[in-house]
Amino acid sequence: MNSLNNRIGLFAGLLVLCCLWLVCGCDRRDDNLAGQGKTGPPTAGDTLIIGSGADAVTLLPVLASDGTSGDINGLVYDGLVRYDKDLNIEGELAERWDISPDNLTLTFHLRQGVRWHDGAPFTAEDVLFTYRLLVDPNTPTAYAERYRQVATAEVLDAHTFRVRYLKPLATALISWAFPIHPRHLLEGVEIIKSPLASHPVGTGPYRFVAWQRGEKIVLEANPDYFEGPPYIQRVLYRVIPDPSTMFLEMQSGGLDYMGLTPLQYAMQTDTPAFRRRFRKYHYPAFAYTYLGYNLRRPIFQDKRVRQALSFAIDKQEIIDGVLLGFGQVARGPYKPGSWAHNPEVQQYPYDPQRARTLLAEAGWQDSDGDGVLDRNGQPLAFTIVTNQGNDQRIKAGEIIQRRLSEVGVKVKLRVIEWAAFLKEFINPGNFDATILGWSGGIDPDVYNVWHSSKTGPGELNFIAFHNAEVDQLLEAGRRTFDQGERKRAYDQFQEILAEEQPYTFLYVPESLPVVAARFRGIEPAPAGIMHNFTRWYVPAEEQKYSR
Amino acid sequence: MLPYLFKRLLLMVPLLLGITLISFVVIHLAPGEPTDLQTQLNPEVSAELQQRLRAQYDLDQPLMVQYGKWLGRLVRLDFGDSFSQDRRPVTAKIAERLPVTILINVLSIGLILVVAVPIGILSAVRRNSHFDRLTTVFVFVGFATPSFWLALLLMDVLGVRYGLFPIVGLKSLGYDYLSWSGRVFDMAHHLVLPVFVSAFGGLAGFSRYMRANMLEVIRQDYILTARAKGLTEKAVICKHALRNALLPVITILGLSVPGLIGGSVIFETIFAIPGMGKLFYDGVMMRDYPLIMGILVIGAVLTLVGNLLADLGYALADPRIRHS
Repeated sequence: MNSLNNRIGLFAGLLVLCCLWLVCGCDRRDDNLAGQGKTGPPTAGDTLIIGSGADAVTLLPVLASDGTSGDINGLVYDGLVRYDKDLNIEGELAERWDISPDNLTLTFHLRQGVRWHDGAPFTAEDVLFTYRLLVDPNTPTAYAERYRQVATAEVLDAHTFRVRYLKPLATALISWAFPIHPRHLLEGVEIIKSPLASHPVGTGPYRFVAWQRGEKIVLEANPDYFEGPPYIQRVLYRVIPDPSTMFLEMQSGGLDYMGLTPLQYAMQTDTPAFRRRFRKYHYPAFAYTYLGYNLRRPIFQDKRVRQALSFAIDKQEIIDGVLLGFGQVARGPYKPGSWAHNPEVQQYPYDPQRARTLLAEAGWQDSDGDGVLDRNGQPLAFTIVTNQGNDQRIKAGEIIQRRLSEVGVKVKLRVIEWAAFLKEFINPGNFDATILGWSGGIDPDVYNVWHSSKTGPGELNFIAFHNAEVDQLLEAGRRTFDQGERKRAYDQFQEILAEEQPYTFLYVPESLPVVAARFRGIEPAPAGIMHNFTRWYVPAEEQKYSR
Repeated sequence: MLPYLFKRLLLMVPLLLGITLISFVVIHLAPGEPTDLQTQLNPEVSAELQQRLRAQYDLDQPLMVQYGKWLGRLVRLDFGDSFSQDRRPVTAKIAERLPVTILINVLSIGLILVVAVPIGILSAVRRNSHFDRLTTVFVFVGFATPSFWLALLLMDVLGVRYGLFPIVGLKSLGYDYLSWSGRVFDMAHHLVLPVFVSAFGGLAGFSRYMRANMLEVIRQDYILTARAKGLTEKAVICKHALRNALLPVITILGLSVPGLIGGSVIFETIFAIPGMGKLFYDGVMMRDYPLIMGILVIGAVLTLVGNLLADLGYALADPRIRHS
């Protein structure tokens, strides 16, 4: 079900974080034993076996939109650029790039001597082909939108590629992190029939070996990788749909890497034996969960009511109860610690008294003594809808229900199957309030979620948030490349959101990966732990698998 | 016999058409579409792109046109291509999952028969004995035990703590490097827990059924006659009573034919076995219409054929039916 998680501006290759979704726990003593005592020099060898909840769907990045496919494609394919461990943009297949003074033209200077896994040379023609593939109306891809902003794309020479935009677009550069496809294998082929969907050929650090559907996918180190061959010789994805089974298999030694649930992290891994064999990590995921108010509903049109609801909800209690402490209070749409995050905004600590005062100011009083506030004979009652299959959201809803009843707000909770939930409730705007989450967005451009032009059926501003100033700030933020200027726009945007409370931001969950202790070289960073995967190694005397 | 068979086969055609039509309409009634996973709540997708994707799957056409197209392919025995992003033929997807599911189901039905039939006979013959009561409790415990719970318990104790059995999948990681006999042993080793768990819950129904049949038969006059002839008790039970008591079993076996291709989602999920149950479940969740319809058609055909086989088997086994 996790692949159903709502998405915001994400690319298959950058999805590594999102798949480690199964969040959280509370023992923080042994978390960062990443130093791991004595380490021998890095040596090549050994296999990393990763537990994956779902099989990949297709290994052609342009068609794939699920997490597992994204992970594997991320190891097999490269983009022109990528995020480094601190989430700054760095070159991958592009050695460097120039941005024209008017921010409209990007010129990429590509690495020389890079070869596809089948030996063919990588050139700018491959980049141009990938662009054409993305915007081809016959390609059933979900990624076309951003590339349709490109006015012209051209190959200047074998290793120089240039794109021109009609309007400056801040996310233009990182959009070229999209995996580059091999032209010599795909040109003239009907893309949905391409054999590459089950046998990918990329330029990345790992080469595809085998795929037994529903069972496992095997990759091996690419000895010709342009950054030098990775140390870990093989990567094996094993498909184990049930998290309890996956955990048992990890304990029995059949897995080296998996994402834990908060319960597993907190309660089931705190034994000396487990700590000796595995290392646990936790860091905030690129995701947050919120309670969104449908602003078309009269009761939510008064800002004081929304503020009161935010004061009446104890977010820390939700984190402790639902995530067992593995999360932090969300105060806005950006991850705490990321460059766009503004920590200085108005906060809403748990304060039922203030909630009551604000509600009274807005005219809500319990005039008939039934314990529910009312105004002009209308009780302050609404229904929260959320989707089936996400226990965290349902539990959060129950906690919210209780807290709001304490300040005299009557809340019903409805849980609906995902497709019906979107079709009958969210898309037509037919709901009072909803608990949902956004995940995956590293760039702060959230135009599609908050701009007033995006309130149509099926669009993402389904709570119908209209704010002329926000519209203008979001427009400004996506049209400049200057990070300082963008930060100013987004800081102000976050202040308005904090004041207006169209969402009550609930929590940022944590990713809780666990890795077998023999793996060294792991460096937790803002980007997670997989950012330097090619530099992970196992000291020769501890290597477990020889083939 | 032959005209009867022919009539039955002919009648299956409109029945099958009706089944497919109803299934097709019903699965399209459920909200959601195959393109939703790619396009819903995805800021990268515009309304126009959504329309284009829908058109690629023919979803923009009236339901009856879609059904007509699907039926046209089916007549040529083509189940079409899956709507999931890999767009592989439905037959290929089913073919790679079917052997595992059939293997496990055959083994587990076999195990159920081997265990439940003797239990049923003995319980009937020694009605209300300690054995009868004990096995009754045992099979009902089996019936009432949630299979996922039993599976996890066995995996934890026998798999993790004692390391006796592998807990995930049907093959070891080194399977490809094993010799031929090593592979057979490896697979058998992996099959022990799943087959045991899936058979455990089925014991109750079958053994109670067998017991009731046997009790029914033992009361008949011809058993009294057999005993009066002075036959040994063994001969009475094994030759005269058992044969007659087994007749209804044919019906049950006939009815389990479609069950052979149906797996259990929960069970396959827990043991990480890529079988039909998970395939169908994922297909439904993704609204992969061709895949859903493909599995439903196979299931419907097998149900009809199973019923026919049961009737024929009955006729072959029981002269009373054959002659009437």
